[in-house]
Amino acid sequence: MSLDAYLLVGAVLFVCGVICMATKRNGIGVLMGVELVLNGANINFVAFSKYTQLGLDGQIFSLFVIVLAAAEAAVALAIALNFYNNHLTIDVDRASKLKG
Amino acid sequence: MSNALLISAASAPGGNLLFFVFALAACLCAVAVVAAQTVVRMAFWLVLSLGSTAALFFLADADFVGAAQLLIYVGGTLVLLVFGVMLTASGPYLKISTSPGEIVLGSAVALLFLFVVIASISGVNWPAPAVADAGDLQTTAGNTLRPLGLSFLGTRPDLDLADGDQLSPGYLLPFEIVSVHLLVVLIGAAYLARAKRRATGT
Repeated sequence: MSLDAYLLVGAVLFVCGVICMATKRNGIGVLMGVELVLNGANINFVAFSKYTQLGLDGQIFSLFVIVLAAAEAAVALAIALNFYNNHLTIDVDRASKLKG
Repeated sequence: MSNALLISAASAPGGNLLFFVFALAACLCAVAVVAAQTVVRMAFWLVLSLGSTAALFFLADADFVGAAQLLIYVGGTLVLLVFGVMLTASGPYLKISTSPGEIVLGSAVALLFLFVVIASISGVNWPAPAVADAGDLQTTAGNTLRPLGLSFLGTRPDLDLADGDQLSPGYLLPFEIVSVHLLVVLIGAAYLARAKRRATGT
């Protein structure tokens, strides 16, 4: 397979993630959009690692991205739980005040 | 064993078929994540999409990254997200619907954005790969475990052997920083999620 095919898959995942972040009103749904965006970036890293002179560095950076995505999910989930405890909903449109 | 089968299939003509199957699955499941209304179904489609992405990693000779994707992402992060769904939804099929105008606007912006990205991808002439030049020690068989582990320990035998006289830095310091960062973040998240529940409990 060529590099462009991998980049195309990464682009589709990235766009889906961005639209998911923009249109979902559920806070957990926004988080899932973030995960999709990070996965699109990961596909690009791995594809460049195979098909260009980047070598092994692309795979190393995709591992860093995976670990940081886990950290981000943990913190965002804690924030979502706090938000749910304050507002009794997970709708991000209700988050108009910083201190509930 | 199955990794070796996948890698050998990637270089065979059947690897193209496998790539198309998994690429199509990843893209369609990502679209289904956007189109799904309830958050549980979104989580299900996201599991399928990330699993197909892991298969794509296996096909691209990145076996350790694919395994880490399956273990950490699908097995860890998504379970965490599903727990978040359980803890925040009042019912299993909680539906917070988006208005139709926003859906139309979002899909139009999505198509335009996808067009821009694809146009910019196809317009670039990417540099040619180094054909198995630095790959004396690394990814020829898709066995990336040993070079990845060595580079996380701070040495890059693939680059050193290729260039001969220079020592290239590894990734020991970023690895340590990421480890401590993950520890701090997890402790902070546990504290953040605990404190409020105690406050509402009293």
